[in-house]
Amino acid sequence: MPEKRILLKNCEKIDPGDIVTYLNQGGFKALEKIREGISPGEVIKEVKASGLRGRGGAGFPCGLKWEFTREAKGEEKYVICNADEGEVGTFKDRYILQHNPFSVIEGIIIAAYAVGAKGAYIYLRGEYHYLLDSLAKAIEQVKEKGFLQDLDIQIQEGAGSYVCGEESALMNSIEGKRGEVRYRPPFPATSGLFGRPTVINNVETLMNIPHIILNGSKWYRELGTEQSKGTKLFCVSGDVERPGVYEMELGCDLKELVVDIGGAKDIKMVQVGGSTGKIIPSNMIEMPLCYETVLGSGAVTVFDNSRDVIEFVYRTMEFLNEESCGKCVPCREGTEVMMEILGRLVKGEGVEGDITALEELSNAMMLSSMCGLGQTAPIPVLDTLKYFREEYENCIKQSVFLRGLKAINV
Amino acid sequence: MERSQRDLVTGEKREFLLRMLKEEQAEAGYVSREFMVQTAESLHLSLGTVYGVTTFYSFLSTEPLGRHVIRVCKSVPCFLRNAGMIIECIRDELGIGPGETTADGRFSFELTNCIGACDQAPAMLIDDEVYGYLTPGKISEILKSYD
Repeated sequence: MPEKRILLKNCEKIDPGDIVTYLNQGGFKALEKIREGISPGEVIKEVKASGLRGRGGAGFPCGLKWEFTREAKGEEKYVICNADEGEVGTFKDRYILQHNPFSVIEGIIIAAYAVGAKGAYIYLRGEYHYLLDSLAKAIEQVKEKGFLQDLDIQIQEGAGSYVCGEESALMNSIEGKRGEVRYRPPFPATSGLFGRPTVINNVETLMNIPHIILNGSKWYRELGTEQSKGTKLFCVSGDVERPGVYEMELGCDLKELVVDIGGAKDIKMVQVGGSTGKIIPSNMIEMPLCYETVLGSGAVTVFDNSRDVIEFVYRTMEFLNEESCGKCVPCREGTEVMMEILGRLVKGEGVEGDITALEELSNAMMLSSMCGLGQTAPIPVLDTLKYFREEYENCIKQSVFLRGLKAINV
Repeated sequence: MERSQRDLVTGEKREFLLRMLKEEQAEAGYVSREFMVQTAESLHLSLGTVYGVTTFYSFLSTEPLGRHVIRVCKSVPCFLRNAGMIIECIRDELGIGPGETTADGRFSFELTNCIGACDQAPAMLIDDEVYGYLTPGKISEILKSYD
């Protein structure tokens, strides 16, 4: 299956600094179509019918989110565009914002119209500060062209925090608080930013909207699989010859993506979905990429046979431990203890019982963490234990053996 | 400063806090205790609250940093592309390790998590500029361009 460029069609064709080039490619036609007489309810109906699901990783149906927010009581409502792309191995939102910010803004305006919001925020991660000026200029140009009559779009920057990509932490961050996650319910649709009904969508999700409005949900539903409609931006990185952003129809084959397109060789495993994504060993890589199987944020990181599994898992756990917001114990302490155990294994100091401890901790964290970070943190551990258990076992056996030799002074 | 009823209910003034802290970080190179005290007063927040927010975010520092901050990405995609070698190279060039600042105050050297430049791995940020496709040979040249 070759690339299917729908979202990326205009990227590198238009000048991201000049709205006219976007207009010449049919930009803001979707918004104009709506203004010619499509009601907010009809917009939501169309987005629901399209089957579009969130592209940030969680995959919640977009239209449903909008409907809940529209129906929620309250005069003031907000739309947030989540551009806090902190997921390891994910850089598609950066690519979109660099090459076609207008399309995202058009999506935001349509979302705001549909849910009845007068205020919108783009939460841009601090690491992408270099995109701030061009994004602000893009918003300015959209305003000058008269597309922003009854909506105020503000950019709020993050300051280096992975967990702020989690919706409730992100809203706390906009409110000037620590980026700690909130208990849910209430969900953002009823009580989100400043306690108001809020719809929060990923950059890529919003970029789908103009296409759905212009071409209709029927057209959109023809792309993808039963439960995964449309295309998806995949971020291929790691041990590949051609890393980059590739747009594929959902349901595309993982092997084709990493081997034919990415140029991977001698694959040991692939991680799909970022730091807490699932691990696919090389003998299973003929697998469709969609919500039914694996997808996450669209990060696809390839590891060749020279790579040490335990070292990779240790690095991942170190990352999650650093980025845990610390609010709930299972995540804060669980990632810490897991990192200690994995660190011990990496140094060749493993002890009997380490594997059991990892497994028990994994279960506790998945069941009791407050948000996706802690709930999914054990996935790389459990998946590598499933597919590469002998590497863990050998590592422990070796450590125990070497300690024995030391004890008898050999 | 009088707060409106609305601000009291929603705390909407507080949303300026992170922005203010970021600006101070950019201008002064760190967020001092004095600044936190001042900010707490102006936003009607406790000092503890302001300190709590400041220390939550990795791009804010309560200690003075160098004129330029180098942040080398240590996440998995960059690690797979020899980020370790880049880290060693910077260590050799500057004579400091991650978490340290050069004696002349020119550079602070930090390691950071994924900066979303995995397609250009290994990558780093210096202040707000991203540098990708790094090789040890490029480092010295890049560092030279910062005074």
